[in-house]
Amino acid sequence: MDFNALGACFTTPACVVTQATSGLIVGMLLFLVAAGLTLIFGVLKIVNFAHGTFYMLGGYVAYSAYAATDSYALAVLAGAVAMALFGVLFERVLMSRVYGSNVLMQLLVCYAVVLIFDDIVKIVWGPEFRAMGMPAAFQVPPLFIAGGVVPPFYAVLIGIAALIAIVLSLGLSRTRLGKTVRAAAVNPQMVSALGVNTTVLFAIVFAIGGGLAGLAGALAGPVRSLSPGMGFSILIEGFIVTVIGGMGSIAGAMVAALVIGLVRGFGTIGFPGFTDGLIYIVMIGILVLRPQGLFGRPL
Amino acid sequence: MSGPVTRRTLLAGGTATLVAAPWVARAQANTLRIGMQSILSGPIALLGTSSRNSLLIEQDRINAAGGFLGRQIEFVFRDSKGQPQEAARVARELVNTAGCELLVDAEASSASFAVQEVMRDLNVACIHTNSETSSLTADPKIRVPTAFRVARQGVHDAVAGSLYLADFANAKKINKWATCSPDYAYGRDTTAQYLQFFKKFKPDVEVVTEAWPKLGQPDFTEVITKLIQAKPQALFTLLYAGDLSAFVNQGNVYALFGQMTVATPNVDYPVLAAIKNLPAGIQSATRYLETFPDTPANKEWGQAYFKRWNERPTNWSWQNSVAMHFYEAAIKKANSLDGKVIAAALTGLKINSPFGADGTITMRDDHTTIGYAIGWGQTIPKDPFITDIKPADWGKIIELETEWKKQQNYS
Repeated sequence: MDFNALGACFTTPACVVTQATSGLIVGMLLFLVAAGLTLIFGVLKIVNFAHGTFYMLGGYVAYSAYAATDSYALAVLAGAVAMALFGVLFERVLMSRVYGSNVLMQLLVCYAVVLIFDDIVKIVWGPEFRAMGMPAAFQVPPLFIAGGVVPPFYAVLIGIAALIAIVLSLGLSRTRLGKTVRAAAVNPQMVSALGVNTTVLFAIVFAIGGGLAGLAGALAGPVRSLSPGMGFSILIEGFIVTVIGGMGSIAGAMVAALVIGLVRGFGTIGFPGFTDGLIYIVMIGILVLRPQGLFGRPL
Repeated sequence: MSGPVTRRTLLAGGTATLVAAPWVARAQANTLRIGMQSILSGPIALLGTSSRNSLLIEQDRINAAGGFLGRQIEFVFRDSKGQPQEAARVARELVNTAGCELLVDAEASSASFAVQEVMRDLNVACIHTNSETSSLTADPKIRVPTAFRVARQGVHDAVAGSLYLADFANAKKINKWATCSPDYAYGRDTTAQYLQFFKKFKPDVEVVTEAWPKLGQPDFTEVITKLIQAKPQALFTLLYAGDLSAFVNQGNVYALFGQMTVATPNVDYPVLAAIKNLPAGIQSATRYLETFPDTPANKEWGQAYFKRWNERPTNWSWQNSVAMHFYEAAIKKANSLDGKVIAAALTGLKINSPFGADGTITMRDDHTTIGYAIGWGQTIPKDPFITDIKPADWGKIIELETEWKKQQNYS
């Protein structure tokens, strides 16, 4: 622990700006993954252990689309849309058959999908890592705000993720579909009895969840390496965010993702070598005080 | 061919099969099976696949030249996933069940130590081709009579790298350094080894911050910003493969390479190919380069590999190729496949090699290779990627390695 370094950082605007920006970008990308995870759990009460696979495949699809078109926008779109479609397929072909089953059966199905697609990625893209490369438009020097470093690419990513959060939040609270999704999360039988086609609704939820994870994988493509099995590490952090935020709460996922991002950003200064441990301590602390998570319903 | 199958044809075919069967069986039995185990799946599968690719080229070459002692060779590949327990099990299985008479252990260090212990019970020769941890062969307690290493050794690279970086740092007046290496045994031990030698050659070195990201960590942002905050003049990193590629791409976003000099011994062709915007001026070792040693033989080998696999070789590729060159020479000399006899032939053996600093590589008495090419230079964004390469001084490496072994009570 290095409290002197942490104290010095908090009193230096340059350090605060740099570390806060780094925390924001980590948090925002994590939010996109966790939002889908928590949405699926909120409506279907299913823990999608295959969610990391959506993130991985989104990255790989974007990688190929970028190589083919040289357009980052198209690559991101391709990653998100492909994973939305894959989400529908995954829900219809596999998950719909294990609704109401033992959680171990659901876990087994998800884990099988993880292993199968890790191998498919190896066959299609090769076992070695891949990197998309930074689009020419973002190959620019970083901005210096109050002496702190803010990369333009990250500023754009934070903006896109924030926009998605707002659209998702408004969509769930203001639109008919959003209201139906929220109602289904509370009482799916009643929603079905009122004439809503829950089969389509559940597929849509998986499409949104998969699309968000694919979007995160695609957005991070220019700076993160792609490798088979890469979805696993992001899945663990996605679960931490979901649990801290409250299972099923989008707003909770947003706050928790930012908490994790900022703990990472400043923890690396004050607690070098213990940043991961610090994240779990924060999680334990929050769960002791609020067992249902920050925004979850009481257990 | 068409027409009904008559009773006569059937009988003729059956007789031919009966007559030929023993010959086919004998031919199969006569094939010399060589076991190879490595990480062939997962994020660092490149270690295993680029080793396997190289061995398959060697298999074709050796068979075309008549095989070993007149027997055609055939590799039996196994994926241990890099797990020590599985590696130990696979090594036994390759010898006891698959009938392999020689072993190539292409595991990373953690699993190689497990294989090394298994080798104490098996009377077959084994060459470790990818483990760089010095103690595997340097520590007499760990060394095994029939097991050898044909690979870089950590202490050799640490001496060579420290000497180069000390000269570089003195010329550029750089004494404030940061380190950033993976948070496991290799990263921590090897960084300590580099710093030990580095401080010996440049006593005024000050390490202003250290970062230990997890292996396979997807995001290095907070590590990069921490390094920038510490304002070092230079950064030494042991990140490798996908982690190094991600670090460079994320470092580019923060213009890290304009704010400090970066030095790494782990740049390899796959990393160079994956990093789309390789910064110029990274001080880098040559893991494998077609242009170092700058000889026709090395270039020819690199291009033949590319032609066969449509990708460029790695450091692990040349090491596996040289392992087969050593087996070839030792078996010819020993005229036997017995583990102890091959071991005697391998000890002290010197072979001509495209990867030798002076065109030769020697298997020293302590079962590890010396004389392989080690160089440091600086990166440029395009092929050949590393230029101004200065070859390491092997006299100095051995002198300091001997001192180090005494400190460790290895000799």
